[in-house]
Amino acid sequence: MPAAIPLTLELAGLSTALLLLLGVPLAWGLARGRGWWVEALGAVIALPLVLPPTVLGFYLLILLGPHGPLAPLLALAGLHTLAFSFAGLVIGSVVCSLPFMVQPVRSAFAAIGPAPWEAALTLRAAPWDAFVSVILPLARGGIVTGAILSFAHTLGEFGMVLMLGGDIPGKTEVLSIVIFNDVETLRWPEAGALAAGMAAFSFCVILATLRAEARMARLRA
Amino acid sequence: MIAARFAGDAGGFALDVAFEAPAAGITGLFGPSGCGKTTLLRCLAGLLRLPDAALRVGDETWQEGRVFRPPHRRALGMVFQETRLFAHLNVRENLRFGLRRAKGAPRITEAAVIDALGLAPLLARAPAGLSGGERQRVAIGRALLAQPRLLLLDEPLAALDREAAQQILPRLREVSRLFAVPAIYVSHDLVEIEQIADYLLLMRPGGRLAARGELGALLTDPALPFAARRDAAMVLELRAQAYDEIYDLTACAGAGVALTVPGWHGPAGAAVRLRVRASDVSIATSEPRDSSILNTLPARILSAETAVGPHINLVLAVGQTRLLSSITRKSFDSLGLAVGGMVYAQIKAMALAAPGAY
Amino acid sequence: MSLPRHATRRHLAMLAVLGIVAFGLRPAPARAAETSVAVAADFTVPAKRLVAAFEQKTGDKLALSFGASGQILAQITQGAPYAVFLSADAERPRKLAAMGLAVPGSVFTYAVGRLALWSAQPSLIDSQGKVLQTGRFAHLAIANPQSAPYGAAAVQALKALGVYDAVAPKLVTGENVAQAYQFTASGNAELGFVALSEVLQDKSGSAWVVPQTLYQPIMQDAALLKAGKDDPAARAFLAYLQTPEARAIIRGYGYGTTP
Repeated sequence: MPAAIPLTLELAGLSTALLLLLGVPLAWGLARGRGWWVEALGAVIALPLVLPPTVLGFYLLILLGPHGPLAPLLALAGLHTLAFSFAGLVIGSVVCSLPFMVQPVRSAFAAIGPAPWEAALTLRAAPWDAFVSVILPLARGGIVTGAILSFAHTLGEFGMVLMLGGDIPGKTEVLSIVIFNDVETLRWPEAGALAAGMAAFSFCVILATLRAEARMARLRA
Repeated sequence: MIAARFAGDAGGFALDVAFEAPAAGITGLFGPSGCGKTTLLRCLAGLLRLPDAALRVGDETWQEGRVFRPPHRRALGMVFQETRLFAHLNVRENLRFGLRRAKGAPRITEAAVIDALGLAPLLARAPAGLSGGERQRVAIGRALLAQPRLLLLDEPLAALDREAAQQILPRLREVSRLFAVPAIYVSHDLVEIEQIADYLLLMRPGGRLAARGELGALLTDPALPFAARRDAAMVLELRAQAYDEIYDLTACAGAGVALTVPGWHGPAGAAVRLRVRASDVSIATSEPRDSSILNTLPARILSAETAVGPHINLVLAVGQTRLLSSITRKSFDSLGLAVGGMVYAQIKAMALAAPGAY
Repeated sequence: MSLPRHATRRHLAMLAVLGIVAFGLRPAPARAAETSVAVAADFTVPAKRLVAAFEQKTGDKLALSFGASGQILAQITQGAPYAVFLSADAERPRKLAAMGLAVPGSVFTYAVGRLALWSAQPSLIDSQGKVLQTGRFAHLAIANPQSAPYGAAAVQALKALGVYDAVAPKLVTGENVAQAYQFTASGNAELGFVALSEVLQDKSGSAWVVPQTLYQPIMQDAALLKAGKDDPAARAFLAYLQTPEARAIIRGYGYGTTP
């Protein structure tokens, strides 16, 4: 059990970092894109919101396994499967939490609109420069929201981990699985303590982040 | 010299223009709503790309055939109607945004721009706390500090109240002259254009050019709609000659015209730009005496434009320049006026509004 | 008095919504009370067959719920209205009886689980399970030994074979034996300890039926719960499970039975 806490935090932290790297550009593409493919891609990204995590975990089990599309790459790396591994869980978390990052960030970008972007271009800022110097700071609120939601969601991810993890202590046995097992084996006091701890921790993280965000906004005004 | 040609369809907006604009001074871009003024400006900026297009600014080719310089690689500055100041930066940081990214030693310095636009008290403030006029002045300063070779302004004063707009117009003209940056100024307000432009591009619906040329020539051209309007006006560029301290009057002259204008308009030799409303110019067939009117100029009637209503507009040749006069048709008939006749044009000194004068 | 048109439409919309809500919340019509039976998920397929046969025989109606035995136990302690509990082990019915939530004396073994070592690859497992000794695999799937009897049995068998220490780093744990089967069927684990009933259903791959000498028998017990104390259908079903006909069905699915 003690190993589960740093493991869970590591999983949530790494997943959130990857989601920022992946989700922010995706959200930008969706906010600026035109054409039928924009809404189609948006719908695909939003799927994890409506699919049960066990369904996602099931598909991931197949996709990351020896018969899936990644199998040749895995074989090159000498791996049999990505299931039952921390890396597999990270992939699963990124997939499951992607809409939690993309939706708020996309909304923030859409609210900003094309005006500041164009203004920056006319002021000698190359597209990448305009994105980093103008758009990202203006969208900070949406990005912070996305990060909080993704972190909290990964922290509590259960269904997908259940399907994919294999419950290996130190590698894939995250807190939610530990709590589940405690209930299964009738260790209810332990389960209750862990659950309360998780809830309190998540609350503190969200509160601290929101307050920091509010403070930064006040300084700017 | 700014040479441009744009033809094609840009997402529902059609354009078909070709023109050359002077590389100095302010070129007005005027036309009814929806005629394509903003579209043309966006093409000049590179925000819109038409395949059949060419644009040369001075010795730089910004677009030709397959060559296309994206906006961030064009030495331009742009001022939008909604200012578009960056909300997360204060005024000073906004001003420096383009300056930081322009290459080489800046020709237009931060101190000079702050001074010319009166931005010193605003530097540490956030854009959200500024008035509309203050925001637009910052936007103009920001565009200038990007070291542009061409300034593009898209109805920059349309969202401001009259007073704020009137305060900014002379400053705008001044900075264009001071920093030697030509400007293309889009407006649907002819009075603004008359106050600020040297050259005019007149557009009509469908994205085509109806006329282009010196402002004065277009305003008095009988073939164009301007001369026949009830609120027609003419712009005169004169130079101050002498100042009468006792009566607070300045004598100005230029292009064969001499006028007395109320107020101080600068030392001898200073440029004075006057907007003369046609309705302030009256006609006499004999030299008037015992009248309070200070300005009487011999003139010849070049043409007479009748529009619907009681008035008739005359285009007069005065010295080497033109003047517009709007009088009643009744007077025209009762005085027996005719095209080619010699008359005296009279302008009340007090009627000489001088916005845009130095 | 005529109402303005927009007001009428709005009122009608509100009435429609209220109507739908009221309809949804209507009290359930009195009908023949269905007996609620909770079944460990592993026994799902045989349970459905047994219930179908029972209902046809007697005309009683049973409502089946499937889940992990531990979850079901937790629900029963919180007052879930199950009349009968078919567990995957013997421990939980015993606990319920000790807590007074099961009718004393009603606990009996309805099936004996059989352990099998199975792989989706047809040539991996030989008929003596020697593959466990050679260790030529990356992952071996078992059910959670702490909460699932099949998992505990797998660990016992591995220890009896003397390979537990060598194999331990390669173990991946599913929450129940069905999940161990899923890991193995998808190929992510090359082989796994599963319930014999699952192997019998899926004839592909290769299997070794683990000799019963290597592990404690997996007694799967049933209990009549307090909520079903006065339910004749509940008692009848439990009695049915002990008939030779029912036993034959159960054996057909790869379980053992006590006589």
